[in-house]
Formats: sequence, structure tokens, C-alpha cells
Amino acid sequence: MMDISITINDAEVTASVEPRTTLADFLRDQKRMTSIHLGCEHGVCGACTIMANGAPARSCIIYAVSCDGAVIQTIEGCDDDPIMAELRDAFTAHHGLQCGYCTPAMLMTARDIVTRLPHADSDRVRLELTGNICRCTGYAGIVRAIMAVLEQRRKVG
Amino acid sequence: MKPVKFEYMKPSDLAETMSALAAGDGFNIVLAGSQSLGPMMNFRLARPDRLIDISELDALKQVARADDHLFIGALVTHATIEDGALPDVTKGMMVHVASGIAYRAVRNRGTIGGSIAHADPAGDWPAALLALGAEVVIDGPNGARELAITEFQIDAFTVALEAGEVLHGFRVPILSDVARWGYHKIFRKPGDFADSIGAFVCDPQSGVARLVLGATDGAPLQLNAIASTIAETNGAGFDIEAARAALAETEETFEPFKARMHALALQRAVADAYKT
Repeated sequence: MMDISITINDAEVTASVEPRTTLADFLRDQKRMTSIHLGCEHGVCGACTIMANGAPARSCIIYAVSCDGAVIQTIEGCDDDPIMAELRDAFTAHHGLQCGYCTPAMLMTARDIVTRLPHADSDRVRLELTGNICRCTGYAGIVRAIMAVLEQRRKVG
Repeated sequence: MKPVKFEYMKPSDLAETMSALAAGDGFNIVLAGSQSLGPMMNFRLARPDRLIDISELDALKQVARADDHLFIGALVTHATIEDGALPDVTKGMMVHVASGIAYRAVRNRGTIGGSIAHADPAGDWPAALLALGAEVVIDGPNGARELAITEFQIDAFTVALEAGEVLHGFRVPILSDVARWGYHKIFRKPGDFADSIGAFVCDPQSGVARLVLGATDGAPLQLNAIASTIAETNGAGFDIEAARAALAETEETFEPFKARMHALALQRAVADAYKT
């Protein structure tokens, strides 16, 4: 076991982990952050996407031990985030989810799109979403939701 | 699945990294961005005794422009290149290649050096850096050495790193204003591993012309003779049949379906290079 210290959703956390424990398993099993879903466990489905040091990352293929000192944010820590609030409302309004399995990670990726690519059109949004698999919606509602937030933010300036 | 049990160490500098690697006790693997090794370990295709995590070694993150090349440290991420944070010495080719690798969440952590050292035939950088004629800079217990990328990339998942050596970075030649490039990838969906990669670079000023086929069974393949002809004729006449003929002249044999796909990738890469 190795000792690590990580900032998770603005809280400083110290823990003891086995080197082979992925960040996803650490967050789910030890921290009970069950927004993190393990679909494929090889970086393809995107359901485990979290923010690491401000950028989206796959928590299933990085090790908790290698995140010593990192700043991690999960959907559990986004309650007061204004962009996430806009996205949540838009996902509700535009039917951006059905079963909800992909949704926490989809919101993480959506937040990255909105902040990194403020001028994205719907083709670009679709391209950016190729790393997050949704088996319910057919993506149309998700794309509409993200576009609605982008357009609203462009209008406000 | 979950990876096997392994030991983990995070060296604080290159010297410590190299001595850990040179110690030779058990099966040591260097961990950079973890975006290829992570999946392989979850599948238990890779079962190291020890991971040596170099991801925070600043010495491997440097970028420096010289008169004739750009040095890119091994730990520079795909996302950094995609975002144009490096001086553009390849007329946008590296930005284009980086932005097509997997997904943004992967590009945020995956590194150019990790991609080359891992040497997955379906990876992008092995084909792209070969087409660009990059040099590989390697640190070892006996000092640094340089290798042409043609010498470095030996086979699928096999590169010319010796025991105790660490991939330090790449020297990418600066393309002139009259240079042209094309890069075409065939895949099931954006972000998937490539079924075929065609990469073409020519620079009339330096007389360089390279046509490269990636996503083969081994190291990427250079088609030198036809590349010179293409450069001399500005790509005229390099249609799908010419591409198939060029492939047939190599020592490799391909399944008919693969051969068609490869020919198409090569033809489209060249067509893209001469589009404007």
C-alpha cells in the first residue's frame, strides 16, 4: 500500500492505496463517488470521465497512486458550478439522457466543450462526443442540449 | 478487468529513472500518460512487476526551436500539440495529427513519446513522425544518443531502446514554405484506432519526399521510390491503381481488403497534399 494525498471536489484527502487500484475504483469504492461508471475499463466508452487538474481524463486507465497531488473533480462536486447548472437544465429540457448511465461523464465532456470550444457548431460537438458512448438517446438530444448552452452563452457574451 | 499486482515508483529525476531501469530486476515498464499502457494492463496483456512513473519529469517536457528543427520532449501531450502550444514547424501537420488521436480525455494525458515507445502499429505518431523524418533522442546510462526514426521503429511494439534507456524526445525538421503534406486515416469512427494511415510529406526546398503507410502489421512502411516520383509530378497520376501498384512493389503482402484500404489511404493522403 502507498500513501497518497489528493484534492477531491475541493477537499484534501489522504488515503492508502494499492498501486494497481485505478483512480476510478478508488473514487467509487473508497470515496463512494458512484457517478463514476465503469463501462469498458479500457478508455473507450468514456463513462468514467472525470476532471483531473482541470481537464477531462479517463479514471479507469490511470492509477490512484499516480494522482498523488492531483486536483480531481467529479460530478458530485459540481453542484455550485454555474456552467454545469446550465448544462443540467439543458439536458433536462432537450432530453439529453434516458437511463443516465453515461450522463455524469457526458456532462463532464460537455463542460469541456463549452469552455474550450465556445464557437463549436453541432458537427464539432458530435465529433467531440465520439469519446462518450450513449446507448439510449441516439445523441440527438445531447447535441441539442450542448448547442443550447453554447448558443445561450454566445448570446450573453 | 483489473491489472495484476505491481510495484510502483515515481523517480524524481532522469538519473534515478535510468538506474531503476538498468537494475534489471523483474519486468519494469515506464509509465508516461498511461493511455495505451493502462488499457493493456487492464486487459492483462501487460503484466509488469514494476511501473516506473516518469509522468512528472520536467526534463522530458521541454520544447526548443533550433535553426533546422523543433525539439519536442517525449512527455508533451497530444492535447498540447493539438492546441497549437508548440511553434508550428510542420505547416499544421502535427496539429492535424494530434487532434485526430483518440478522444480529448485521452489526448489530455497521452504523450508523443509514449505513443512512439509503445509502437502500436495503429498509432498515429509512428507513421506521422516517420513521414516528417524525425530524429529520436535517447538518454541512457552512457549518455545521450540520437537515432533516425527509421532505425528506432523496428516492429510492432518493438523499438530500439536498450536496457536502462529513456526516450527523451524528437527532433522534427522544419518544413519550408513550399512544403506539402497529406495525412489520411481510415477508421470506423473518429477516435478509433486506424484501419489504415497514409502520410505524405514533401519539401522541394530540401528535396525530401516521403510516403508512409501506417496501421500495418509491423513498423510503418516507407515507400521511397514512388514518393520521389509523386513529388516530381506534383501528385499527378497517383490514383488508386498507382497506389496499389506501389504497395505491390513492397516486400509486404496484404489481404485483398486491407490492400484496397491501404491504397486508398495513400492515394487520399497524396491528393490532400496537392489539393490547393
